[in-house]
Amino acid sequence: MSSEPRLVQGNEACAEGAIYAGMRFYAGYPITPSTEIAEILAKRLPQVGGKFIQMEDEIASMAAVVGASLTGVKSMTATSGPGFSLKQENIGYACMAEIPCVVVNVQRLGPSTGVATAPAQGDVMQARWGTHGDHPIIVLTPSSVKETFELTVRAFNLAEKFRVPVILLMDEVVGHMREKVILPEPGELPVYDRLKPNCSREDYYPYRADWDKAPPMAFFGEGYRYHVTGLFHDESGFATEKPEVIDLQLRRLHNKIYRHLDEIITYHSEQTEDAELVVISYGGTARAVSRAVKLARQEGRKVGIFRPQTLWPFPEEAVAELAGAGKKLLVAEMNYGQLLLEVQRVAAGRCAVTGCLQTNGELTQPETILNKIREVYEHAPGN
Amino acid sequence: MPGTWEVRLSGSGGQGLILAGIILAEAAIIDGQNVVQTQSYGPAARGGASKAEVIISQEEIDYPKVDRPDIFLGLNQESVLKYMDGCKDNALAIVDAGLVNHIPPSKARVYALPITETARKQVGRELVANVVALGALSALSGIVSRESVTTALLRRVPKGTEDMNRKALELGFNLGEQALAGAQAGHN
Repeated sequence: MSSEPRLVQGNEACAEGAIYAGMRFYAGYPITPSTEIAEILAKRLPQVGGKFIQMEDEIASMAAVVGASLTGVKSMTATSGPGFSLKQENIGYACMAEIPCVVVNVQRLGPSTGVATAPAQGDVMQARWGTHGDHPIIVLTPSSVKETFELTVRAFNLAEKFRVPVILLMDEVVGHMREKVILPEPGELPVYDRLKPNCSREDYYPYRADWDKAPPMAFFGEGYRYHVTGLFHDESGFATEKPEVIDLQLRRLHNKIYRHLDEIITYHSEQTEDAELVVISYGGTARAVSRAVKLARQEGRKVGIFRPQTLWPFPEEAVAELAGAGKKLLVAEMNYGQLLLEVQRVAAGRCAVTGCLQTNGELTQPETILNKIREVYEHAPGN
Repeated sequence: MPGTWEVRLSGSGGQGLILAGIILAEAAIIDGQNVVQTQSYGPAARGGASKAEVIISQEEIDYPKVDRPDIFLGLNQESVLKYMDGCKDNALAIVDAGLVNHIPPSKARVYALPITETARKQVGRELVANVVALGALSALSGIVSRESVTTALLRRVPKGTEDMNRKALELGFNLGEQALAGAQAGHN
Protein backbone atom coordinates (compact mmCIF):
# COMPACT_ATOMS: atom_id res chain seq x y z
CA MET A 1 0.00 0.00 0.00
CA SER A 2 1.26 3.49 -0.74
CA SER A 3 0.23 6.99 0.21
CA GLU A 4 -0.02 8.00 -3.46
CA PRO A 5 -3.55 8.73 -4.60
CA ARG A 6 -4.79 6.15 -7.07
CA LEU A 7 -7.91 5.09 -8.91
CA VAL A 8 -9.59 2.26 -7.00
CA GLN A 9 -12.84 0.42 -7.62
CA GLY A 10 -15.28 -0.17 -4.75
CA ASN A 11 -14.95 -3.93 -5.04
CA GLU A 12 -11.17 -3.62 -5.04
CA ALA A 13 -11.32 -1.46 -1.90
CA CYS A 14 -13.39 -4.19 -0.26
CA ALA A 15 -10.85 -6.88 -1.18
CA GLU A 16 -7.90 -4.74 -0.02
CA GLY A 17 -9.72 -3.70 3.15
CA ALA A 18 -10.32 -7.35 4.01
CA ILE A 19 -6.63 -8.16 3.61
CA TYR A 20 -5.74 -5.10 5.70
CA ALA A 21 -8.07 -6.39 8.43
CA GLY A 22 -6.23 -9.72 8.43
CA MET A 23 -8.67 -11.81 6.40
CA ARG A 24 -6.79 -14.86 5.12
CA PHE A 25 -9.57 -17.18 3.97
CA TYR A 26 -12.07 -16.54 1.22
CA ALA A 27 -14.56 -19.01 -0.18
CA GLY A 28 -17.07 -17.93 -2.76
CA TYR A 29 -18.96 -18.43 -5.94
CA PRO A 30 -18.56 -15.48 -8.31
CA ILE A 31 -21.61 -13.40 -9.22
CA THR A 32 -22.05 -10.00 -10.83
CA PRO A 33 -21.70 -7.29 -9.51
CA SER A 34 -19.42 -8.73 -6.81
CA THR A 35 -17.13 -10.78 -9.07
CA GLU A 36 -14.12 -8.42 -8.89
CA ILE A 37 -13.84 -9.12 -5.15
CA ALA A 38 -13.30 -12.83 -5.88
CA GLU A 39 -11.02 -12.10 -8.85
CA ILE A 40 -8.79 -9.79 -6.86
CA LEU A 41 -8.63 -12.05 -3.81
CA ALA A 42 -7.81 -15.09 -5.95
CA LYS A 43 -4.67 -13.18 -6.92
CA ARG A 44 -3.95 -11.34 -3.66
CA LEU A 45 -4.59 -13.97 -0.97
CA PRO A 46 -1.81 -16.37 -2.07
CA GLN A 47 0.58 -13.37 -2.02
CA VAL A 48 -0.09 -12.83 1.71
CA GLY A 49 -0.19 -16.48 2.73
CA GLY A 50 -3.98 -16.78 2.57
CA LYS A 51 -6.30 -19.27 0.93
CA PHE A 52 -8.83 -18.67 -1.82
CA ILE A 53 -11.33 -21.34 -2.75
CA GLN A 54 -13.96 -21.18 -5.44
CA MET A 55 -16.64 -23.50 -4.10
CA GLU A 56 -19.35 -25.38 -5.97
CA ASP A 57 -22.04 -22.93 -4.88
CA GLU A 58 -22.95 -20.26 -2.36
CA ILE A 59 -24.22 -22.68 0.29
CA ALA A 60 -20.91 -24.50 0.35
CA SER A 61 -19.02 -21.17 0.28
CA MET A 62 -20.72 -20.03 3.44
CA ALA A 63 -20.14 -23.40 5.10
CA ALA A 64 -16.44 -23.20 4.23
CA VAL A 65 -16.22 -19.69 5.68
CA VAL A 66 -17.81 -20.82 8.94
CA GLY A 67 -15.48 -23.81 9.18
CA ALA A 68 -12.36 -21.79 8.40
CA SER A 69 -13.26 -19.14 10.95
CA LEU A 70 -13.58 -21.81 13.66
CA THR A 71 -9.92 -22.65 13.13
CA GLY A 72 -9.02 -19.05 13.94
CA VAL A 73 -8.67 -17.53 10.48
CA LYS A 74 -10.53 -14.35 9.65
CA SER A 75 -12.88 -15.42 6.87
CA MET A 76 -15.12 -13.87 4.28
CA THR A 77 -17.32 -14.47 1.27
CA ALA A 78 -18.87 -12.10 -1.26
CA THR A 79 -21.97 -12.42 -3.37
CA SER A 80 -25.05 -10.65 -4.70
CA GLY A 81 -28.79 -11.08 -4.05
CA PRO A 82 -29.34 -14.57 -5.53
CA GLY A 83 -26.30 -15.95 -3.72
CA PHE A 84 -27.12 -14.06 -0.53
CA SER A 85 -30.42 -15.97 -0.36
CA LEU A 86 -28.51 -19.26 -0.52
CA LYS A 87 -26.09 -18.28 2.23
CA GLN A 88 -28.81 -17.55 4.77
CA GLU A 89 -28.98 -20.99 6.37
CA ASN A 90 -25.31 -20.99 7.28
CA ILE A 91 -25.41 -17.33 8.29
CA GLY A 92 -27.97 -18.40 10.88
CA TYR A 93 -25.66 -21.19 11.99
CA ALA A 94 -22.86 -18.64 12.47
CA CYS A 95 -25.20 -16.43 14.52
CA MET A 96 -26.17 -19.35 16.76
CA ALA A 97 -22.70 -20.87 17.14
CA GLU A 98 -21.17 -17.36 17.43
CA ILE A 99 -18.68 -17.73 14.63
CA PRO A 100 -17.18 -14.47 13.37
CA CYS A 101 -17.31 -13.92 9.60
CA VAL A 102 -17.94 -11.22 7.03
CA VAL A 103 -20.47 -11.64 4.23
CA VAL A 104 -20.36 -9.05 1.45
CA ASN A 105 -23.51 -8.54 -0.61
CA VAL A 106 -23.06 -6.21 -3.58
CA GLN A 107 -26.74 -5.66 -4.25
CA ARG A 108 -28.19 -5.84 -7.73
CA LEU A 109 -31.75 -5.50 -8.96
CA GLY A 110 -34.03 -8.34 -7.85
CA PRO A 111 -36.12 -10.27 -7.08
CA SER A 112 -34.52 -13.49 -8.28
CA THR A 113 -31.75 -13.06 -10.85
CA GLY A 114 -33.30 -9.68 -11.77
CA VAL A 115 -30.80 -7.59 -13.73
CA ALA A 116 -27.21 -8.63 -13.10
CA THR A 117 -25.57 -5.26 -13.74
CA ALA A 118 -28.26 -2.92 -12.41
CA PRO A 119 -28.05 -1.26 -8.99
CA ALA A 120 -30.64 -1.69 -6.26
CA GLN A 121 -30.91 -1.71 -2.48
CA GLY A 122 -33.56 -4.37 -2.16
CA ASP A 123 -31.75 -6.57 0.37
CA VAL A 124 -31.96 -4.30 3.42
CA MET A 125 -34.58 -6.47 5.08
CA GLN A 126 -33.03 -9.73 3.89
CA ALA A 127 -29.75 -8.65 5.49
CA ARG A 128 -31.64 -8.21 8.76
CA TRP A 129 -34.08 -11.09 8.64
CA GLY A 130 -32.86 -13.39 5.87
CA THR A 131 -32.08 -16.24 8.20
CA HIS A 132 -34.78 -17.65 10.40
CA GLY A 133 -35.34 -17.22 14.09
CA ASP A 134 -34.68 -14.27 16.38
CA HIS A 135 -31.07 -13.42 15.85
CA PRO A 136 -28.88 -10.36 16.16
CA ILE A 137 -26.80 -9.29 13.20
CA ILE A 138 -24.68 -6.30 12.19
CA VAL A 139 -25.06 -4.71 8.76
CA LEU A 140 -22.79 -1.93 7.47
CA THR A 141 -23.22 0.01 4.25
CA PRO A 142 -20.66 2.25 2.48
CA SER A 143 -21.29 5.03 -0.02
CA SER A 144 -17.82 5.69 -1.40
CA VAL A 145 -14.75 3.71 -2.37
CA LYS A 146 -12.78 4.99 0.60
CA GLU A 147 -15.59 4.17 2.97
CA THR A 148 -15.83 0.68 1.48
CA PHE A 149 -12.26 0.06 2.57
CA GLU A 150 -12.86 1.49 6.05
CA LEU A 151 -16.13 -0.32 6.66
CA THR A 152 -14.69 -3.63 5.45
CA VAL A 153 -11.99 -3.32 8.12
CA ARG A 154 -14.65 -2.33 10.63
CA ALA A 155 -16.82 -5.30 9.63
CA PHE A 156 -14.01 -7.68 10.59
CA ASN A 157 -13.35 -5.85 13.85
CA LEU A 158 -17.00 -6.07 14.87
CA ALA A 159 -17.33 -9.70 13.73
CA GLU A 160 -14.30 -10.73 15.76
CA LYS A 161 -15.17 -8.70 18.83
CA PHE A 162 -18.84 -9.68 19.05
CA ARG A 163 -18.52 -13.14 17.47
CA VAL A 164 -21.24 -12.51 14.97
CA PRO A 165 -21.62 -12.52 11.17
CA VAL A 166 -21.31 -8.99 9.82
CA ILE A 167 -22.94 -8.17 6.51
CA LEU A 168 -21.24 -5.54 4.35
CA LEU A 169 -24.17 -4.38 2.27
CA MET A 170 -22.81 -2.69 -0.84
CA ASP A 171 -24.63 -1.87 -4.07
CA GLU A 172 -23.67 -2.01 -7.73
CA VAL A 173 -23.01 1.75 -7.82
CA VAL A 174 -20.43 1.68 -5.04
CA GLY A 175 -19.04 -1.75 -6.02
CA HIS A 176 -18.27 -0.81 -9.61
CA MET A 177 -17.46 2.87 -9.14
CA ARG A 178 -13.83 3.94 -9.26
CA GLU A 179 -12.61 6.94 -7.25
CA LYS A 180 -9.38 8.65 -6.42
CA VAL A 181 -8.35 7.46 -2.99
CA ILE A 182 -5.34 7.15 -0.74
CA LEU A 183 -5.64 3.77 0.92
CA PRO A 184 -4.69 3.70 4.63
CA GLU A 185 -1.21 2.61 5.64
CA PRO A 186 -0.87 -0.36 8.02
CA GLY A 187 -1.51 0.84 11.56
CA GLU A 188 -3.65 3.76 10.47
CA LEU A 189 -6.94 1.93 11.13
CA PRO A 190 -7.47 -0.24 14.21
CA VAL A 191 -7.50 -3.99 13.60
CA TYR A 192 -9.09 -6.18 16.27
CA ASP A 193 -8.03 -9.76 16.81
CA ARG A 194 -10.18 -12.46 18.34
CA LEU A 195 -10.01 -12.97 22.11
CA LYS A 196 -8.67 -16.42 23.01
CA PRO A 197 -9.26 -18.26 26.30
CA ASN A 198 -6.56 -17.94 28.95
CA CYS A 199 -7.68 -20.94 30.99
CA SER A 200 -6.46 -24.52 30.68
CA ARG A 201 -8.02 -26.92 28.21
CA GLU A 202 -9.76 -28.78 31.01
CA ASP A 203 -11.38 -25.63 32.37
CA TYR A 204 -12.55 -24.33 28.99
CA TYR A 205 -16.26 -23.83 28.52
CA PRO A 206 -16.69 -22.59 24.96
CA TYR A 207 -19.91 -20.68 25.60
CA ARG A 208 -19.31 -19.39 29.12
CA ALA A 209 -19.52 -15.60 29.10
CA ASP A 210 -20.94 -12.61 30.95
CA TRP A 211 -24.61 -11.89 30.28
CA ASP A 212 -23.79 -9.25 27.64
CA LYS A 213 -20.49 -10.53 26.19
CA ALA A 214 -19.21 -12.92 23.57
CA PRO A 215 -17.05 -15.69 25.09
CA PRO A 216 -13.34 -16.03 24.28
CA MET A 217 -12.86 -18.41 21.36
CA ALA A 218 -10.35 -21.26 21.18
CA PHE A 219 -9.04 -22.05 17.72
CA PHE A 220 -10.30 -25.43 16.56
CA GLY A 221 -7.39 -27.81 16.17
CA GLU A 222 -5.22 -26.21 18.85
CA GLY A 223 -6.16 -28.76 21.46
CA TYR A 224 -9.18 -27.14 23.11
CA ARG A 225 -11.90 -29.66 22.28
CA TYR A 226 -15.44 -28.43 22.09
CA HIS A 227 -18.78 -29.04 20.50
CA VAL A 228 -20.32 -26.69 17.93
CA THR A 229 -23.98 -26.91 17.03
CA GLY A 230 -26.86 -24.94 15.62
CA LEU A 231 -29.06 -26.36 18.35
CA PHE A 232 -29.61 -24.34 21.50
CA HIS A 233 -26.73 -25.23 23.77
CA ASP A 234 -25.46 -24.61 27.28
CA GLU A 235 -22.04 -23.19 28.10
CA SER A 236 -20.41 -26.56 27.36
CA GLY A 237 -21.61 -26.29 23.75
CA PHE A 238 -23.84 -29.36 24.00
CA ALA A 239 -27.50 -29.24 23.04
CA THR A 240 -30.17 -28.42 25.55
CA GLU A 241 -33.93 -28.07 25.63
CA LYS A 242 -34.11 -26.52 29.10
CA PRO A 243 -36.25 -23.38 28.80
CA GLU A 244 -34.22 -21.39 31.33
CA VAL A 245 -30.94 -22.18 29.56
CA ILE A 246 -32.44 -21.42 26.14
CA ASP A 247 -33.75 -18.12 27.44
CA LEU A 248 -30.35 -17.17 28.88
CA GLN A 249 -28.51 -18.05 25.70
CA LEU A 250 -30.81 -16.12 23.38
CA ARG A 251 -30.77 -13.11 25.71
CA ARG A 252 -26.99 -13.10 25.76
CA LEU A 253 -26.85 -13.36 21.94
CA HIS A 254 -28.92 -10.18 21.79
CA ASN A 255 -27.34 -8.40 24.74
CA LYS A 256 -23.82 -8.80 23.36
CA ILE A 257 -24.95 -6.59 20.45
CA TYR A 258 -27.75 -4.40 21.81
CA ARG A 259 -25.89 -3.47 25.01
CA HIS A 260 -22.99 -2.19 22.94
CA LEU A 261 -24.72 -0.04 20.33
CA ASP A 262 -22.32 2.86 20.91
CA GLU A 263 -19.47 0.71 19.66
CA ILE A 264 -21.44 -0.58 16.69
CA ILE A 265 -23.57 2.23 15.30
CA THR A 266 -22.01 4.97 13.21
CA TYR A 267 -23.66 7.48 10.93
CA HIS A 268 -22.88 10.66 9.09
CA SER A 269 -25.12 13.67 9.51
CA GLU A 270 -24.77 17.00 7.80
CA GLN A 271 -26.67 20.27 8.14
CA THR A 272 -29.36 18.65 10.28
CA GLU A 273 -29.24 21.30 13.04
CA ASP A 274 -31.29 23.99 11.33
CA ALA A 275 -32.95 21.61 8.86
CA GLU A 276 -36.70 21.51 8.47
CA LEU A 277 -36.36 18.42 6.32
CA VAL A 278 -33.76 15.65 6.66
CA VAL A 279 -33.11 13.17 3.87
CA ILE A 280 -32.20 9.73 5.18
CA SER A 281 -30.20 7.71 2.68
CA TYR A 282 -27.29 5.28 2.35
CA GLY A 283 -25.01 3.58 -0.19
CA GLY A 284 -24.99 4.80 -3.78
CA THR A 285 -28.28 6.68 -3.40
CA ALA A 286 -26.72 8.91 -0.75
CA ARG A 287 -24.40 10.31 -3.44
CA ALA A 288 -27.39 11.61 -5.40
CA VAL A 289 -28.86 12.92 -2.14
CA SER A 290 -25.70 14.96 -1.46
CA ARG A 291 -26.13 16.76 -4.77
CA ALA A 292 -29.88 17.22 -4.29
CA VAL A 293 -29.41 18.69 -0.81
CA LYS A 294 -26.80 21.17 -2.09
CA LEU A 295 -29.25 22.29 -4.78
CA ALA A 296 -32.08 22.54 -2.25
CA ARG A 297 -29.92 24.70 0.03
CA GLN A 298 -29.14 26.97 -2.95
CA GLU A 299 -32.90 27.42 -3.33
CA GLY A 300 -33.05 28.50 0.30
CA ARG A 301 -34.58 25.32 1.67
CA LYS A 302 -33.24 24.13 5.01
CA VAL A 303 -32.45 20.52 4.24
CA GLY A 304 -30.00 18.14 5.90
CA ILE A 305 -28.65 14.63 5.39
CA PHE A 306 -28.65 11.65 7.73
CA ARG A 307 -26.65 8.75 6.35
CA PRO A 308 -26.38 5.61 8.48
CA GLN A 309 -23.21 3.57 7.95
CA THR A 310 -24.69 0.97 10.29
CA LEU A 311 -28.09 -0.11 8.95
CA TRP A 312 -28.61 -2.84 11.58
CA PRO A 313 -28.87 -2.41 14.47
CA PHE A 314 -30.79 0.61 13.21
CA PRO A 315 -29.60 3.97 14.60
CA GLU A 316 -32.86 4.32 16.43
CA GLU A 317 -31.82 6.94 18.98
CA ALA A 318 -30.48 9.37 16.38
CA VAL A 319 -33.52 9.03 14.13
CA ALA A 320 -35.87 9.35 17.11
CA GLU A 321 -34.14 12.62 17.96
CA LEU A 322 -34.76 13.98 14.45
CA ALA A 323 -38.38 12.86 14.62
CA GLY A 324 -38.79 14.31 18.11
CA ALA A 325 -37.48 17.66 16.86
CA GLY A 326 -40.34 17.66 14.37
CA LYS A 327 -38.19 17.56 11.27
CA LYS A 328 -39.80 16.17 8.14
CA LEU A 329 -38.05 12.97 7.10
CA LEU A 330 -37.58 11.81 3.52
CA VAL A 331 -36.11 8.33 3.01
CA ALA A 332 -34.36 7.89 -0.35
CA GLU A 333 -33.51 4.31 -1.29
CA MET A 334 -33.52 2.03 -4.33
CA ASN A 335 -36.28 -0.33 -3.19
CA TYR A 336 -39.99 -0.25 -2.40
CA GLY A 337 -39.42 1.27 1.03
CA GLN A 338 -37.47 -1.05 3.32
CA LEU A 339 -35.55 1.34 5.57
CA LEU A 340 -38.60 3.59 5.24
CA LEU A 341 -40.54 1.08 7.33
CA GLU A 342 -37.96 1.28 10.09
CA VAL A 343 -37.91 5.09 10.01
CA GLN A 344 -41.72 5.15 10.21
CA ARG A 345 -41.60 2.76 13.16
CA VAL A 346 -39.10 4.94 15.03
CA ALA A 347 -40.80 8.23 14.11
CA ALA A 348 -44.03 6.76 15.50
CA GLY A 349 -46.19 9.48 14.04
CA ARG A 350 -44.15 12.35 15.52
CA CYS A 351 -43.23 13.75 12.11
CA ALA A 352 -44.03 13.37 8.43
CA VAL A 353 -42.13 10.45 6.89
CA THR A 354 -42.08 10.12 3.09
CA GLY A 355 -40.20 7.86 0.69
CA CYS A 356 -38.29 8.73 -2.48
CA LEU A 357 -38.14 5.23 -3.91
CA GLN A 358 -36.81 4.06 -7.24
CA THR A 359 -36.52 0.50 -8.49
CA ASN A 360 -35.96 0.71 -12.25
CA GLY A 361 -32.35 -0.46 -12.21
CA GLU A 362 -30.84 3.02 -12.45
CA LEU A 363 -29.25 5.14 -9.75
CA THR A 364 -31.78 7.75 -8.63
CA GLN A 365 -30.96 11.13 -10.17
CA PRO A 366 -30.42 14.21 -7.98
CA GLU A 367 -33.24 15.96 -9.88
CA THR A 368 -35.71 13.25 -8.82
CA ILE A 369 -34.72 13.65 -5.18
CA LEU A 370 -34.76 17.45 -5.43
CA ASN A 371 -38.32 17.38 -6.79
CA LYS A 372 -39.39 15.17 -3.91
CA ILE A 373 -37.63 17.47 -1.43
CA ARG A 374 -39.54 20.47 -2.83
CA GLU A 375 -42.84 18.59 -2.64
CA VAL A 376 -42.38 17.36 0.91
CA TYR A 377 -40.87 20.65 2.09
CA GLU A 378 -43.88 22.63 0.88
CA HIS A 379 -46.74 20.25 1.44
CA ALA A 380 -46.04 17.66 4.13
CA PRO A 381 -47.46 18.64 7.52
CA GLY A 382 -44.80 20.02 9.86
CA ASN A 383 -44.78 21.12 13.48
CA MET B 1 -20.21 22.35 -10.35
CA PRO B 2 -17.63 24.91 -11.47
CA GLY B 3 -14.36 23.49 -12.80
CA THR B 4 -16.02 20.17 -13.52
CA TRP B 5 -15.91 18.11 -16.69
CA GLU B 6 -18.44 15.39 -17.35
CA VAL B 7 -17.17 12.91 -19.91
CA ARG B 8 -19.14 10.08 -21.51
CA LEU B 9 -17.32 7.48 -23.62
CA SER B 10 -19.56 5.12 -25.54
CA GLY B 11 -19.38 2.38 -28.11
CA SER B 12 -19.96 -1.32 -28.32
CA GLY B 13 -18.82 -3.88 -25.77
CA GLY B 14 -15.26 -4.91 -26.59
CA GLN B 15 -14.10 -1.54 -27.94
CA GLY B 16 -12.23 -0.86 -24.72
CA LEU B 17 -14.20 2.13 -23.52
CA ILE B 18 -14.04 1.24 -19.86
CA LEU B 19 -10.27 0.96 -20.12
CA ALA B 20 -10.18 4.31 -21.92
CA GLY B 21 -12.24 5.78 -19.07
CA ILE B 22 -9.86 4.35 -16.48
CA ILE B 23 -6.81 5.76 -18.29
CA LEU B 24 -8.47 9.17 -18.64
CA ALA B 25 -9.33 9.15 -14.92
CA GLU B 26 -5.80 8.13 -13.96
CA ALA B 27 -4.35 10.88 -16.16
CA ALA B 28 -6.55 13.39 -14.34
CA ILE B 29 -5.29 12.08 -10.98
CA ILE B 30 -1.72 12.66 -12.17
CA ASP B 31 -2.82 16.22 -13.01
CA GLY B 32 -3.99 16.59 -9.40
CA GLN B 33 -7.73 16.50 -10.08
CA ASN B 34 -10.53 14.61 -8.34
CA VAL B 35 -12.18 11.88 -10.39
CA VAL B 36 -15.00 9.38 -10.36
CA GLN B 37 -15.37 6.74 -13.04
CA THR B 38 -18.49 4.64 -13.56
CA GLN B 39 -19.79 2.37 -16.26
CA SER B 40 -22.98 0.97 -17.61
CA TYR B 41 -23.12 -2.22 -19.53
CA GLY B 42 -25.36 -5.18 -20.20
CA PRO B 43 -24.55 -8.83 -19.64
CA ALA B 44 -22.92 -9.18 -23.09
CA ALA B 45 -19.15 -8.78 -23.33
CA ARG B 46 -19.34 -7.90 -27.03
CA GLY B 47 -21.63 -5.75 -29.18
CA GLY B 48 -24.54 -3.50 -28.23
CA ALA B 49 -24.02 -0.13 -26.60
CA SER B 50 -21.96 0.37 -23.48
CA LYS B 51 -20.66 3.49 -21.80
CA ALA B 52 -17.98 4.55 -19.40
CA GLU B 53 -18.26 7.86 -17.65
CA VAL B 54 -15.62 10.01 -16.02
CA ILE B 55 -16.16 13.12 -13.93
CA ILE B 56 -13.08 15.28 -13.46
CA SER B 57 -13.25 18.12 -10.98
CA GLN B 58 -11.31 20.46 -8.71
CA GLU B 59 -14.15 19.95 -6.22
CA GLU B 60 -15.24 16.90 -4.27
CA ILE B 61 -17.55 14.84 -6.48
CA ASP B 62 -20.89 13.80 -5.01
CA TYR B 63 -23.18 12.29 -7.66
CA PRO B 64 -20.97 9.84 -9.58
CA LYS B 65 -22.91 9.62 -12.85
CA VAL B 66 -22.74 11.99 -15.79
CA ASP B 67 -25.87 14.08 -15.99
CA ARG B 68 -25.15 16.23 -19.05
CA PRO B 69 -21.85 15.53 -20.82
CA ASP B 70 -19.36 18.29 -21.56
CA ILE B 71 -17.49 15.76 -23.67
CA PHE B 72 -18.99 12.87 -25.60
CA LEU B 73 -17.30 10.09 -27.53
CA GLY B 74 -19.30 7.72 -29.72
CA LEU B 75 -17.49 4.84 -31.40
CA ASN B 76 -20.50 3.12 -32.97
CA GLN B 77 -23.89 4.07 -34.37
CA GLU B 78 -25.98 2.48 -31.64
CA SER B 79 -24.16 4.24 -28.82
CA VAL B 80 -24.43 7.63 -30.55
CA LEU B 81 -28.18 7.21 -30.89
CA LYS B 82 -28.53 5.97 -27.33
CA TYR B 83 -26.11 8.16 -25.37
CA MET B 84 -25.37 11.41 -27.24
CA ASP B 85 -28.68 12.95 -26.27
CA GLY B 86 -28.39 15.20 -23.23
CA CYS B 87 -25.02 16.76 -24.12
CA LYS B 88 -24.64 20.33 -22.86
CA ASP B 89 -24.99 23.10 -25.44
CA ASN B 90 -21.61 23.61 -27.07
CA ALA B 91 -20.36 20.29 -25.66
CA LEU B 92 -17.52 18.58 -27.49
CA ALA B 93 -18.71 15.49 -29.35
CA ILE B 94 -16.32 13.15 -31.14
CA VAL B 95 -17.70 10.34 -33.26
CA ASP B 96 -16.08 7.69 -35.39
CA ALA B 97 -16.38 8.89 -39.00
CA GLY B 98 -16.36 5.38 -40.42
CA LEU B 99 -18.78 3.67 -38.03
CA VAL B 100 -21.28 6.45 -37.37
CA ASN B 101 -23.39 7.41 -40.38
CA HIS B 102 -26.18 9.29 -38.68
CA ILE B 103 -25.55 12.03 -36.16
CA PRO B 104 -28.72 13.15 -34.39
CA PRO B 105 -29.45 16.91 -34.28
CA SER B 106 -27.38 18.43 -31.50
CA LYS B 107 -26.06 21.75 -30.23
CA ALA B 108 -22.71 20.08 -29.56
CA ARG B 109 -19.58 20.84 -31.59
CA VAL B 110 -19.38 17.56 -33.46
CA TYR B 111 -16.13 16.19 -34.86
CA ALA B 112 -16.35 13.10 -37.05
CA LEU B 113 -12.84 11.64 -37.04
CA PRO B 114 -11.46 8.51 -38.73
CA ILE B 115 -10.60 6.89 -35.39
CA THR B 116 -11.03 3.18 -36.15
CA GLU B 117 -9.62 3.63 -39.66
CA THR B 118 -6.50 5.28 -38.23
CA ALA B 119 -6.05 2.41 -35.80
CA ARG B 120 -6.48 -0.16 -38.55
CA LYS B 121 -4.44 1.48 -41.31
CA GLN B 122 -1.70 3.29 -39.41
CA VAL B 123 -1.19 1.07 -36.37
CA GLY B 124 -2.37 -2.15 -37.95
CA ARG B 125 -4.73 -3.05 -35.11
CA GLU B 126 -8.35 -1.94 -34.77
CA LEU B 127 -7.98 -2.92 -31.13
CA VAL B 128 -6.27 0.38 -30.32
CA ALA B 129 -9.13 2.57 -31.61
CA ASN B 130 -9.91 3.40 -27.98
CA VAL B 131 -6.39 4.76 -27.51
CA VAL B 132 -6.57 6.79 -30.76
CA ALA B 133 -9.86 8.20 -29.48
CA LEU B 134 -8.30 9.04 -26.12
CA GLY B 135 -5.53 10.98 -27.87
CA ALA B 136 -7.99 12.90 -30.04
CA LEU B 137 -10.22 13.66 -27.05
CA SER B 138 -7.27 14.92 -24.98
CA ALA B 139 -6.02 17.18 -27.79
CA LEU B 140 -9.46 18.59 -28.60
CA SER B 141 -10.54 19.20 -25.00
CA GLY B 142 -7.31 19.81 -23.09
CA ILE B 143 -8.89 18.23 -19.97
CA VAL B 144 -5.77 16.21 -19.29
CA SER B 145 -2.18 17.01 -20.15
CA ARG B 146 -0.47 15.12 -22.91
CA GLU B 147 2.25 13.90 -20.53
CA SER B 148 -0.24 12.62 -17.96
CA VAL B 149 -2.36 10.69 -20.42
CA THR B 150 0.78 9.12 -21.92
CA THR B 151 2.04 8.12 -18.46
CA ALA B 152 -1.37 6.75 -17.46
CA LEU B 153 -1.64 4.78 -20.71
CA LEU B 154 1.78 3.17 -20.38
CA ARG B 155 1.04 2.14 -16.78
CA ARG B 156 -2.10 0.30 -17.87
CA VAL B 157 -1.27 -1.49 -21.11
CA PRO B 158 0.26 -5.00 -21.21
CA LYS B 159 4.03 -5.34 -21.45
CA GLY B 160 5.23 -5.52 -25.03
CA THR B 161 2.43 -3.33 -26.38
CA GLU B 162 3.86 0.00 -25.20
CA ASP B 163 5.15 1.11 -28.60
CA MET B 164 1.93 0.24 -30.40
CA ASN B 165 -0.15 2.07 -27.81
CA ARG B 166 2.13 5.09 -27.72
CA LYS B 167 1.87 5.33 -31.50
CA ALA B 168 -1.92 5.06 -31.37
CA LEU B 169 -2.08 7.84 -28.79
CA GLU B 170 0.17 10.12 -30.87
CA LEU B 171 -1.93 9.50 -33.97
CA GLY B 172 -4.97 10.39 -31.91
CA PHE B 173 -3.35 13.61 -30.68
CA ASN B 174 -2.59 14.51 -34.30
CA LEU B 175 -6.16 13.81 -35.39
CA GLY B 176 -7.41 16.05 -32.60
CA GLU B 177 -4.95 18.86 -33.30
CA GLN B 178 -5.70 18.84 -37.02
CA ALA B 179 -9.44 18.92 -36.30
CA LEU B 180 -8.94 21.81 -33.91
CA ALA B 181 -6.83 23.74 -36.44
CA GLY B 182 -9.44 23.05 -39.13
CA ALA B 183 -12.25 24.30 -36.91
CA GLN B 184 -10.34 27.48 -36.02
CA ALA B 185 -9.53 28.14 -39.71
CA GLY B 186 -13.22 27.64 -40.46
CA HIS B 187 -14.19 30.31 -37.94
CA ASN B 188 -11.73 32.92 -39.31
